[in-house]
Amino acid sequence: MKLDSKTPPGPLAEKWARYRSEIKLVNPANKRKYEIIVVGSGLGGAAAAATLGELGYGVKCFCYQDSPRRAHSIAAQGGINAAKNYQNDGDSVYRLFYDTIKGGDFRAREANVYRLAEVSAEIIDQCTAQGVPFAREYGGHLANRSFGGAQVSRTFYARGQTGQQLLLGAYSALCRQIDAGSVMMFPRTEMLDLVVVDGHAKGIVVRDMVNGKISSYAADAVVLATGGYANVYDLSTNARGCNVTAAYRAYKRGAFFANPCYTQIHPTCIPVSGEYQSKLTLMSESLRNDGRVWVPKRKGDTRPPHKIPEDERDYFLERKYPSYGNLAPRDISSRSAKEVCDDGRGVGPGGLGVYLDFSDAISRLGLETIRERYGNLFEMYERITGEDAYKTPMRIYPALHYTMGGLWVDYNLMSNLPGLHVIGEANFSDHGANRLGASALMQGLADGYFVLPYTIGAYLADLTHKRPSTGHPEFHKVETEVEERTKTLLAINGERSVQSIHKELGKLMWNDAGMARNRKGLKEAIAKIPEIREEFWDNVRVPGDGKEINQELEKAGRLADFLEFGELLCRDALDREESCGGHFREEYQTEEGEALRDDENFSYVSAWEYRGEAQEPVRHKEPLVYEEVKMATRSYK
Amino acid sequence: MDLTLRVWRQKDRNSPGRLVEYDAKDIDPDMSFLEMLDVVNERLISREEHPIAFDHDCREGICGACSATINGIPHGPERATTVCQLHMRHFKDGDVLTIEPFRARAFPVIRDLMVDRSAFDRIVESGGYVSVRTGSAPEANTLPIPKDVAERAMDAASCIGCGACVAACKNASAMLFVAAKASQLNGLPQGKPEKDRRVLDMVASMDEAGFGNCTNQYECSAVCPKSISEDFIAQLNREYLVASIKQRFARK
Ligand SMILES: Cc1cc2nc3c(=O)[nH]c(=O)nc-3n(C[C@H](O)[C@H](O)[C@H](O)COP(=O)(O)OP(=O)(O)OC[C@H]3O[C@@H](n4cnc5c(N)ncnc54)[C@H](O)[C@@H]3O)c2cc1C
Ligand code: FES
Repeated sequence: MKLDSKTPPGPLAEKWARYRSEIKLVNPANKRKYEIIVVGSGLGGAAAAATLGELGYGVKCFCYQDSPRRAHSIAAQGGINAAKNYQNDGDSVYRLFYDTIKGGDFRAREANVYRLAEVSAEIIDQCTAQGVPFAREYGGHLANRSFGGAQVSRTFYARGQTGQQLLLGAYSALCRQIDAGSVMMFPRTEMLDLVVVDGHAKGIVVRDMVNGKISSYAADAVVLATGGYANVYDLSTNARGCNVTAAYRAYKRGAFFANPCYTQIHPTCIPVSGEYQSKLTLMSESLRNDGRVWVPKRKGDTRPPHKIPEDERDYFLERKYPSYGNLAPRDISSRSAKEVCDDGRGVGPGGLGVYLDFSDAISRLGLETIRERYGNLFEMYERITGEDAYKTPMRIYPALHYTMGGLWVDYNLMSNLPGLHVIGEANFSDHGANRLGASALMQGLADGYFVLPYTIGAYLADLTHKRPSTGHPEFHKVETEVEERTKTLLAINGERSVQSIHKELGKLMWNDAGMARNRKGLKEAIAKIPEIREEFWDNVRVPGDGKEINQELEKAGRLADFLEFGELLCRDALDREESCGGHFREEYQTEEGEALRDDENFSYVSAWEYRGEAQEPVRHKEPLVYEEVKMATRSYK
Repeated sequence: MDLTLRVWRQKDRNSPGRLVEYDAKDIDPDMSFLEMLDVVNERLISREEHPIAFDHDCREGICGACSATINGIPHGPERATTVCQLHMRHFKDGDVLTIEPFRARAFPVIRDLMVDRSAFDRIVESGGYVSVRTGSAPEANTLPIPKDVAERAMDAASCIGCGACVAACKNASAMLFVAAKASQLNGLPQGKPEKDRRVLDMVASMDEAGFGNCTNQYECSAVCPKSISEDFIAQLNREYLVASIKQRFARK
């Protein structure tokens, strides 16, 4: 099957403008006749639902939290990129585009990324008008900070709570439409399946998480804005509820899943402190500007850090990357930390941690300067670990953070399954094999406010498939399947809790498909995951019944999908015999241990097609054709 | 450490609830409060009992989902800390902890520690926004905003909508929540045109939802995990007064 990206013709810089002026429009009077389902209320979902409602469509928006304002986007700290060039430092749409393509290790689709860079400036205008309190300079103009992977300062921020403020802005726009009656909001409602009628996505089946009722909603088009799948690793920086269910169910109904092996690991997180650990907390990467990373030279050295003399310490980043040192890129720093821990030289509980030491910076710059720069981070660290990082080095370890892969979409953000649109972290299109800091928020809002509201019109204006009623036999069939699955989960009544099995899957994924992957490990994981899956379906215990609030049932349903999806991720990682971005295959590295990309054989998007339980999925390729950009090797030497 | 928990158990909105005692043995001081509950739940599941239901998601103090009153204090004894960020090292061996849901007429309990806070959404729907159409915004820097004004808006905007303020107030008033949102928007030039309507509508919606009146005790601010200042309540009161007077004159 040929995957058509539907990229419009013409020079890169003119594609989007031309597309917008040529696209068929939906007659304004007809808009209210169309129903659109938006699943998700994060930056992508809230922005899309609000804008579509404002345009006159009938919108239904769903989320699993008790309020749309609590979507995972709320947790983003650092900032949002935009090509405003307010600093007069030479930024431009082209530069932002190029940085994003390069940061993604030349594995993203050129035209989508260019459009993202193009609409970025408008996002800042929109959010400012909504009352988002971005940081400002004394002159009253918007302030910027620098972020990794760029030589210009283009990141806008609201203290350390940028995601919160952007989401609350989108939520307020959503609330305005709810009040106006154009959007109906369904919180505490989980999508459990997609309904496809005559080859088009026409609705969803959901469970009301309060009374357990399973029901259907029909629409002319479905938008998934359901976020990323980092929790397949169990422990990650994501909120506990983040899941792959909506995307995976869509995959099983025919939507292709693209590049599932592209995952991002963040080097500076607070390490695991015990088996009970439920989440990993991100510490801003900026800490590496002044902290030095080290471990003891000797294996199993359990002396406290201040008792380890200078010449018995291994400042491994400075040793291995003399020019970049402690500021080596995310993936390289993460892998190096793993190496020294695998070597038995890790610190802290379980030996899974490395020191980030500020003592040199404190004696050089003084305590006050360090406090000024990082006070809030040191405070957060102390809150969680009980340790004072002014006195003793921080312990950090890499953690799963973001997923670049997602459902395959074309230029219109529509899946190969007509009618199904996918936005935000849930799609695959803009970040290639690695995402730059502060670009996920940009993409979520670009998709939701400025891209999808146009492109969905392209589908609706040509629509020949009428919206079915939920009385259609297909709805009935899917609803019954969902009910059966719920009943099965409740009836197993085995010995193990959902969490214990999730933990088992997470450890396997982390070890075999985490920071560094190899053929042997991936093959073992592909053999082992079905065993864990079997254990789950034989031996999980989900107490209670389905007709009430049942958090174990919710977790079990999500884990059931992770247990299938994890295998797909490993398959993709095995299939991609090169190293690029967040995907590092040990077999494909240079002598110095750098990632070895293979453009000749692998410059394509892997899009996986589900072929039923008994068969292996099929990998399709969308070749990545670069019209303007020349592929180059990322180098940090 | 070993603890005794007395936890509010309630099947659903319409069933009566009661406190049930549980042992929480071998609790690691490095656990967060919610991780402690996770451990207790794992043990309940292994005994074929129902785990304790509680809201949570981000577990880093920003989403506002987690909510529990510990020994009478919403979010527990640590200042400026949500329960998900509260760590067990602040308790000691042998402690008895009474854990209840946030109590307020406008927040009905729906199971164990979970409450329905949708009244907060309805308040925002009634006016907690600037009416700006997507795509119609002017270039952001055409409207310089003094740094202190922006900072004050950010102070107010840090509210996470958890509802601890309501749970702490003996009148179950939502004034701090409403004041924070109104002050953020009313203080910025973008929010000025709708200022009067915003405060009138949000306060009306708050009253309709069954929240009580503010009698200036400021328990709300004391328990707020984001330390939102009670000064915003005074600002809301002033703006409300002005708006209602204007409204009265406009009618005449
Ligand atoms: C700690 C942290 C810090 C970050 N910092 C930054 C940063 O500084 N800059 C940056 O650009 N990016 C950052 N990111 C990444 C960024 O926050 C996310 O990629 C982005 O917010 C995702 O937005 P989204 O709209 O796609 O999905 P989300 O915000 O994850 O929203 C998903 C929505 O889908 C709903 N949902 C999911 N499944 C279902 C289902 N089955 N049924 C019903 N509803 C469902 C949820 O309820 C939710 O409303 C950070 C991420 C983390 C974890
Ligand atoms: S779980 Fe998000 S604030 Fe506590």
